[in-house]
Amino acid sequence: MHALEPRVAVAAAVETVDLRFTYPDGVEALRGVNLTVGTGEKVALLGPNGAGKSTFLLHLNGILRGRGEVRILGVPLTDATLRQIRAQVGLVFDQPDDQLFSPTVLDDVAYGPLYLGLPKEEVLERARRALEAVGMAGFEDRMPHHLSLGQKKRVAIATVLSMDPAVLVLDEPTASLSPAARRELIRLLQSLPQTMIVSTHDIPLVREAFPRTVIMDGGLVVADGPTDKILADRDLLTAHGLEAF
Amino acid sequence: MTLHLPFHERYEARSSPLHRADARVKLVATVAYIFAVTLTPFGAWTALLLLAAPLVPAAAASRLSPWLVLRRSMLALPFVLAAVPLAFTREGPAVFSVPLLGWDASETGLTAVATILAKSWLSVTAAVLLTASTPAVELIRALRALRVPRLLVATVQVMYRHIFVIGEEAARLTRARDSRSGARPGYRSGGTLWWRARVLGNMVGSLFLRSYERSERVYAAMLARGYDGEPRLLDRPAVRLAEAAAAALLVAYALGVQWYARA
Repeated sequence: MHALEPRVAVAAAVETVDLRFTYPDGVEALRGVNLTVGTGEKVALLGPNGAGKSTFLLHLNGILRGRGEVRILGVPLTDATLRQIRAQVGLVFDQPDDQLFSPTVLDDVAYGPLYLGLPKEEVLERARRALEAVGMAGFEDRMPHHLSLGQKKRVAIATVLSMDPAVLVLDEPTASLSPAARRELIRLLQSLPQTMIVSTHDIPLVREAFPRTVIMDGGLVVADGPTDKILADRDLLTAHGLEAF
Repeated sequence: MTLHLPFHERYEARSSPLHRADARVKLVATVAYIFAVTLTPFGAWTALLLLAAPLVPAAAASRLSPWLVLRRSMLALPFVLAAVPLAFTREGPAVFSVPLLGWDASETGLTAVATILAKSWLSVTAAVLLTASTPAVELIRALRALRVPRLLVATVQVMYRHIFVIGEEAARLTRARDSRSGARPGYRSGGTLWWRARVLGNMVGSLFLRSYERSERVYAAMLARGYDGEPRLLDRPAVRLAEAAAAALLVAYALGVQWYARA
């Protein structure tokens, strides 16, 4: 793995300090988010619509740049480190149609490693491994926009796996999937070794695959702890528009 | 994921006499004005100056910042580029010559280019004032009220709706690409220019496919709600006399300038 050289010996995979962001139309989406995620941790991000989850995720690879600090493996996100950090943080959008922009599945999965400047053989090898990991080997020449939603979601994950990122950031990976497609995706998420931050409304998924849960509401982290403890706190969940069952 | 994208309506909400004026009157006045500007003979500088004059009170009546109007009027510039060859193709005594290429610019040619520049700028500025002071929906209704064919109005309406859809789609594609454009410290990244150009070309292709498919879905949804291409109005108020008089005055003034230019 081409990890960035950590500044300190045991840097957290992801660290944000007092992250604030206001959209141009005046919506204050993040109002000082502090979050530290250790290497290899799997964190679920819960919260009602409009809590700032997606906005927060878009800060982790610098698509949005707010005030405050973002550090990935100890490296602060700045103009100079932006591209290195994008190679380290694989961001998967909630709509796979937003993620896939190439004419074939292979072109899309190969985009990241090609941009990284890897030699052709390695690009193809990485693309092959990524597609295999998500169970989409054999779909290389298909057009992404004619796949099923579940297939698109898996290809979208392959497009970042091929970059060999240290951190995977996924926005609502199981939304609108049929039960079987959802089950396959959960199995995939469990099989991946990367540090993971996943925003979701899928409580059973959280219970199954994420030992740690963070709740965001109103642009702030309002709860952070072991998943079983957080999901057992009904009052907390209800107060933030969530339901456990 | 909510997108907050930099696509804005041309309309700038204000409370001004120009904003309150009837869209039909503004539309007719603007079109008449643009016709008058277009018909001005080449090199009739006084006439063009006289035609520029009404833009000042109109801009003042819109309460838009002069800076905004000026910035948007720069939209005319790229089109003027198309007129530049005229400077070298019109016959006449050479004013100067382009070094190396040996092209001679004639005085009549330069006059033609300058006139086209002035005319485009005046016309675009008038259109900017109209679009910034009138919501698009009202403009579309005004087109229909002025008996512009229904199919044409419907095309404008659907196009206007989809500019934003396509713009947002393009922004999402670009964001996805940027998200995966990484670098390793100490290594060259970005691939070759040719490859990046190909990726961009592919993106334009996917944008077309998606926009096309999406527009089919939007159209189906419109049909499902009884769309027949006719904009509906809750009520159509009568044209206010003062506004109509102001528009008539403008048209008369423009005609007067034309008469002066040709006298």
